[in-house]
Amino acid sequence: MNAATRPPMNRDDVRLLGVDTQSGHIMHRRMHDLPDLLQPGDVVVVNDAATLPASLHGELNGQPVEARIAAGCDRRGGADHWHLVLFGSGDWHTPTEDRPEPPSVVVGDELELGCGLLATVIGISPLSSRLLRVRFNLAGQALWSSLYGCGVPVQYAYQQRSLDLWSVQTVYGSQPWAVEMPSAGRPLTWATLLALRKRGVHLASLTHAAGLSATGDPELDAALPLPERYHIPERTVQVIQAAKQQGGQIIAVGTSVVRALEGNQRKHGHLQAGDDITDLRIAATFRRHVVDGILTGMHNRDESHFELLGAFASDQVLTDSWNTAVEAGYLCHEFGDVSLLAPRGSGNDT
Amino acid sequence: MSTQHLNTLITGGSRGLGRALAENLARAGARVVLVARHQEALDEVVAGIRQGGGVAHGIVADVGDKHAIYDIAGEAAALVGPIDLVVHNASTLGRTPLRLLLDTECEDLERVLQVNLVGPFRLTKVLAGSMALRGRGAVVHISSDAAVEAYPEWGAYSVAKAAQDHLSRVWAAELADVSVRFLSVDPGEMNTAMHAAALPDADPTTLTDPTAVAERIIDMVRRPDAAPNGARLSAPSWEVRP
Repeated sequence: MNAATRPPMNRDDVRLLGVDTQSGHIMHRRMHDLPDLLQPGDVVVVNDAATLPASLHGELNGQPVEARIAAGCDRRGGADHWHLVLFGSGDWHTPTEDRPEPPSVVVGDELELGCGLLATVIGISPLSSRLLRVRFNLAGQALWSSLYGCGVPVQYAYQQRSLDLWSVQTVYGSQPWAVEMPSAGRPLTWATLLALRKRGVHLASLTHAAGLSATGDPELDAALPLPERYHIPERTVQVIQAAKQQGGQIIAVGTSVVRALEGNQRKHGHLQAGDDITDLRIAATFRRHVVDGILTGMHNRDESHFELLGAFASDQVLTDSWNTAVEAGYLCHEFGDVSLLAPRGSGNDT
Repeated sequence: MSTQHLNTLITGGSRGLGRALAENLARAGARVVLVARHQEALDEVVAGIRQGGGVAHGIVADVGDKHAIYDIAGEAAALVGPIDLVVHNASTLGRTPLRLLLDTECEDLERVLQVNLVGPFRLTKVLAGSMALRGRGAVVHISSDAAVEAYPEWGAYSVAKAAQDHLSRVWAAELADVSVRFLSVDPGEMNTAMHAAALPDADPTTLTDPTAVAERIIDMVRRPDAAPNGARLSAPSWEVRP
């Protein structure tokens, strides 16, 4: 499948493959048709994290490095720690796996990241020497001002041009917790969201600190996603519980929403509002308790993301829908087309 | 809308009405993020609010700069959480002394529109989506009687304010169903640096103190029954209720 090499001009014009996960029936639609594929009483849950300019270029011991924020601020232990993944010289024009190794790091090293921002290495992950725990020399307003002043969004080698901060946002993002865009929600416009409401579909949100999609280190890549923090508002819990009691379906927009909801449910035995961190990894054998369907970007079959979809549909249904999408010229990756995998996910006209 | 823990963004927050709004709102329990172009003046206001026990942060930025918008929105939400109230208070007169339209450079008109109209539009566009999703939020546009009256020499400023009034009404019409409220407020003639720049000969004793105007605007935000969505209100004729 080919990648979408630039952000689409009209968000809700991207193609939407509606897949009925029970019958296997498939429909070709556009994103603005989403209301037709859902029923009154269903709930659409979005991740409202805005995307940080999480890529910082700087120096380590006189050598050029790129540091990408791997996970936002971690307040456990009382101090503010951040996690960074280091890349060697060069930039996004080179795919992460082909980038040179970053210089070696020891605890106590200091990275200069521009705009007066320094990161002191306080820990190196056993998973990979590229994954660092750091403490910044700045906090509060001074820290955010440096991150926004010198950071740029994480870039993708398959893109034609570098991405501006506004290109990697959804139309409802707020707190900048995501280090890469929660991309399944990008094609949603307010016209579509208001049409969903008009149809009787409930909108609900949570905030999930979506992490890096690639690190350039195969072992670290295999461990992704790292533990990620999330916040579930009380209202979202209420809306989901009320809908489930009345037979409505819960549709997650993106895998980060699935992780937050199912991770929370697994921990508490029920959905509980509040802040937490999830390390849930979802495989084909995963038994869902909250989420009935997923709106998701198109991802190649060898990506771990594809395995997650096995929790929503059989191998046969996934293979058929994949082949259909490829034949019809669907585009993949962050700015590509999307698919709705849900019971009745191909709409009423089956 | 209660001001307790209200996450508020105020542009032009370092002086005049913006400063008064920030100080009054912080005293009423709001967490305020102020945007202004000059670090020193901004630091002074933030420090004053913090000394009084309030929560305040300052962001140095120009709302007329397209590239500053996502920085402002992201930093503000990172510092206090999702924004519930935005006050578009920053504005420019354009070149002073004010001049006739025939003597106004096109570039000066464009700059006034960027700061007084396009900037507020851009910022609302980034912030109101989250408000709509959460079913909670208010956006206040600071207007002027020049938006309604055609005063000679106020051309650039006037057309930007008139357009901003209508922008406020259209926002309100589009987002009424999702509980995001838009107001446009004529603050009246205030004793501010901007007024002095526009009308240097005015007698300051005839002008209203911005603190009194701020109190009225905060009352409008608190009382949706009296200040309905899309309304254009006049601060001088507003009666504050306890």
